[in-house]
Amino acid sequence: MTAAVFIGCSLIAFGPALALCVCTIAAEPLRLVFLIAGGFFWLVSLLLSSLVWFIAVQIGGSNSASVQKNLLIFGVVFSVLLQEVFRFAYYKLLKKANKGLTTISQEETIPISVRQLSYVSGLGFGIMSGIFSLVNILTDSLGPGTVGIYGDSPQYFVASAFMTLAIVLLHIFWGIVFFDACEKKKWWALALVILSHLLVSGLTFLNPQYEGSLVPSYIIMMLMGTWAFFTAGGSLRNLKLCLMCRDKDFLLANQRPR
Amino acid sequence: MTAHDWQLTEALYERLMMITFMNSSDSEEEACNERTSLISAESPPAASYQDGLQAPEAAETQTYRKRHTGGSCSPSDADSGNSDSGLPVRDIAVDNKEEEELTLKYGAKHVIMLFVPVTLCMIVVVATIKSVRFYTEKNGQFEVLKTYNVAMDYPTLFFVIWNFGAVGMICIHWKGPLHLQQAYLIMISALMALVFIKYLPEWSAWVILGAISIYDLIAVLCPRGPLRMLVETAQERNEPIFPALIYSSAMVWTVGMAKPDSASRDLTQQTWDSAEDMREINDNPAYVESEISEARSPAPTHPTTSLIEELEEEERGVKLGLGDFIFYSVLVGKAAATASGDWNTTLACFVAILIGLCLTLLLLAVFKKALPALPISITFGLVFYFSTDNLVRPFMDTLASHQLYI
Repeated sequence: MTAAVFIGCSLIAFGPALALCVCTIAAEPLRLVFLIAGGFFWLVSLLLSSLVWFIAVQIGGSNSASVQKNLLIFGVVFSVLLQEVFRFAYYKLLKKANKGLTTISQEETIPISVRQLSYVSGLGFGIMSGIFSLVNILTDSLGPGTVGIYGDSPQYFVASAFMTLAIVLLHIFWGIVFFDACEKKKWWALALVILSHLLVSGLTFLNPQYEGSLVPSYIIMMLMGTWAFFTAGGSLRNLKLCLMCRDKDFLLANQRPR
Repeated sequence: MTAHDWQLTEALYERLMMITFMNSSDSEEEACNERTSLISAESPPAASYQDGLQAPEAAETQTYRKRHTGGSCSPSDADSGNSDSGLPVRDIAVDNKEEEELTLKYGAKHVIMLFVPVTLCMIVVVATIKSVRFYTEKNGQFEVLKTYNVAMDYPTLFFVIWNFGAVGMICIHWKGPLHLQQAYLIMISALMALVFIKYLPEWSAWVILGAISIYDLIAVLCPRGPLRMLVETAQERNEPIFPALIYSSAMVWTVGMAKPDSASRDLTQQTWDSAEDMREINDNPAYVESEISEARSPAPTHPTTSLIEELEEEERGVKLGLGDFIFYSVLVGKAAATASGDWNTTLACFVAILIGLCLTLLLLAVFKKALPALPISITFGLVFYFSTDNLVRPFMDTLASHQLYI
């Protein structure tokens, strides 16, 4: 417990996201603004889905565990669907903003491309989602206590941190694939993104059997990651060039000698 | 409350809650004063963007004109900041495209220049509330020193507080480094917000937040509104508004451009800077797969005047009234202090306020006159506070207890 668990879990969950922010987002104010706006959109979707769940619980009335469980399942599914709807809404908003800019500037050079926007919005969604899932658990871990004293799993904190990490990265990959699917009108890809999101959320119902939920989630995350990599224009050749520091485009962009 | 606090309170009730764009003047000489006054504590004269005054408008169009002459400038200024809604296609000359990108880039930069101090102020307030029990207890003695177990004697305390106050007075009302002045303003705003959080009763705080947003809206936008008249009078007389009540985010400019001959050295540096900016913009490939677009040539054959205008453009900063800082921090601080949803509510209010500020700055770029900074942010903040506390918290708690993720 206390500081070690707190720092460890927060870095597990938010370390990659923080590194991504520092390396790619912090330098450009425009990307930071779009990041926070993406987080805001996720927040609004959460608000609406909580409202719906709350109303459903009030209407449902009875306190029996099975009814509450069913309402919770309904709440989760609705929330996931609403998140994807808001991702689509954010996409539309960004397209409109970009279109406005392009018609005015009469040139193709816009300050930020749709692909970058997809990455930034995915990161925004992921960070907000991760924060809202984990931050109360983290503050609890800072104080005294014993984990699992009532029979819950003793790995509660670490498992939560790893799950949050998976969700954050998944949101980035979903964002990239989603925006690309909307651009190229590949509706099957869109459906796959939504289905995988539902699948990952559904797998968390298997907690605390972490083998059932964490391992498949990470497998899905790696699959989505490779899909997003190839969608974003990556290829094995690019990857090789980048790793060997011979990627001319990348070096030119950062003005380093080859 | 100490006498210092009361003075602040009185000053604050007369303060301005608004944002103005600070534009540099059109002449070279005044640009020199502009730079030196950026380092001094007084806020430089703000040119008015309102329709009534002709001369500042001419200055504005001149500064917006880049390398090419001609072309419509005023409509492009109105369009430049509005990136959110679909804009009607207008006949705008080709030369405005660079202004567009630069203005949007400056727009985002200004937004971040305001996000950072607002975030800092909120962090100070929230950290103090979470760590010092004084602010959440109903009655309590001042126990910051007890909390941190710091031994302090009266002479040391007197020495520290005296120096804090004296340096603050000097760098706010006279001359001082910009960052020190900004730091003091943030600290004062945070202290004031903490005072409000501690001493206002529960529901009074929420009602006051709502009422003061409405008052802000009326006072800044109505033709006879007191704040609007104050700003107009200050701009007409070319006087700075009382420096202790405005946070200015102007970029510090240390290279003097007073004489044209010394400008040659700065020209190359500036060309390189602007070329950097241009290259940054062109860096990002368009969506269709293509190789990285070539960097735009820096066009070294700039006429001197247009580069000076570039430099003046870079000096533009945004000003935010301290009252805005205070009330944003009050909202977030109360969320941290009293919400049972704890950090979720605080973070939701924080994001809501930032987005409100972003929208207000967007409107500012469109309308280009003093705008109230409170209404949008406080509305978002209040909506998110109450809905997160009452709706999202039970949902997230239930999810967390079953370790479900959405």
